[in-house]
Amino acid sequence: MNSILRSTARCLRAGGAAAVRLPAAGQQHRQTDGGHVLSLASARLLCAATGDVLKDLGDMVKKDKVVVFMKGTPAQPMCGFSNAVVQILRMHGVDDYSAYNVLEDADLRQGVKEFSNWPTIPQVYFNGEFVGGCDILLQMHQNGDLVDELRKLGINSAMMDAEKEAK
Amino acid sequence: MLPCVLRIARPVYTSVASTRSLANFRTHMDPDPSRPVERAIRTKLTNMLEPEHLEVHNESHMHSVPPGSESHFRVLVVSPRFDGLSLLQRHRLVNDALSEELKSCVHALAIQAKTPQQWGSNPTLAKSPQCLGGSRGDHTVEEKLKAGRE
Repeated sequence: MNSILRSTARCLRAGGAAAVRLPAAGQQHRQTDGGHVLSLASARLLCAATGDVLKDLGDMVKKDKVVVFMKGTPAQPMCGFSNAVVQILRMHGVDDYSAYNVLEDADLRQGVKEFSNWPTIPQVYFNGEFVGGCDILLQMHQNGDLVDELRKLGINSAMMDAEKEAK
Repeated sequence: MLPCVLRIARPVYTSVASTRSLANFRTHMDPDPSRPVERAIRTKLTNMLEPEHLEVHNESHMHSVPPGSESHFRVLVVSPRFDGLSLLQRHRLVNDALSEELKSCVHALAIQAKTPQQWGSNPTLAKSPQCLGGSRGDHTVEEKLKAGRE
């Protein structure tokens, strides 16, 4: 019985980490077991969260060139700082990236902070490497470093021409 | 959306006075004992980073939290300790200095970490983006507000 509950909880957690592949809009849903909606509170209690989440995160951050942990979704950010990251990426023409909504999954929200050793959300990863939060991305955007970093990822920034003209 | 993006993409110089009402005006050198978290942040950053210039702004009023909260902050730290360090390294130093506050009562921390030279050539305080209400109904924020009150 415990193993059934545990595996269901893990399934709920994995489902709750709403990875959004753009341009699909983020969708909120709850998984059910036998017609009953499992509360997220019981899922946290039953799931061996920390080890699993950290292991999953190691894979998640490498799944895409650009990975963002944020509040809300790129289509509907729920935080001004998370929205700033989305807007900056959009300005550079980066619309195809993995975005994880930490508001959907408390284990993910806590886990990513431990994984990155970074206390706040949003968090940005380039090629599996932690870049920083909103402030760092904004400064990289302002000083031209973001265009260069995207180029290293094989992404031609939409602002590359503006960057060339400035130099 | 574009005007909003341009607003955040371009740092706006704001004097200390203009960021708060005159009733709450004080310089960064004059801690208010009724704001313990702000005081702790200022003390720790001063002790650990020996800044030449330091600004600690409580931006909680810009977010969906009760008046008088100390949950959302913006800090500007100008220190020679940042010489030769990447942005990430600088921000980690600030985070480490404030790790207790970040674990307990501070929910958001916006950071600008500049060397004296960088500050001299561009003395601007960045402006935080508009809140989208994410703190409303967020139990993690509620726990932090409770920790801040205690």
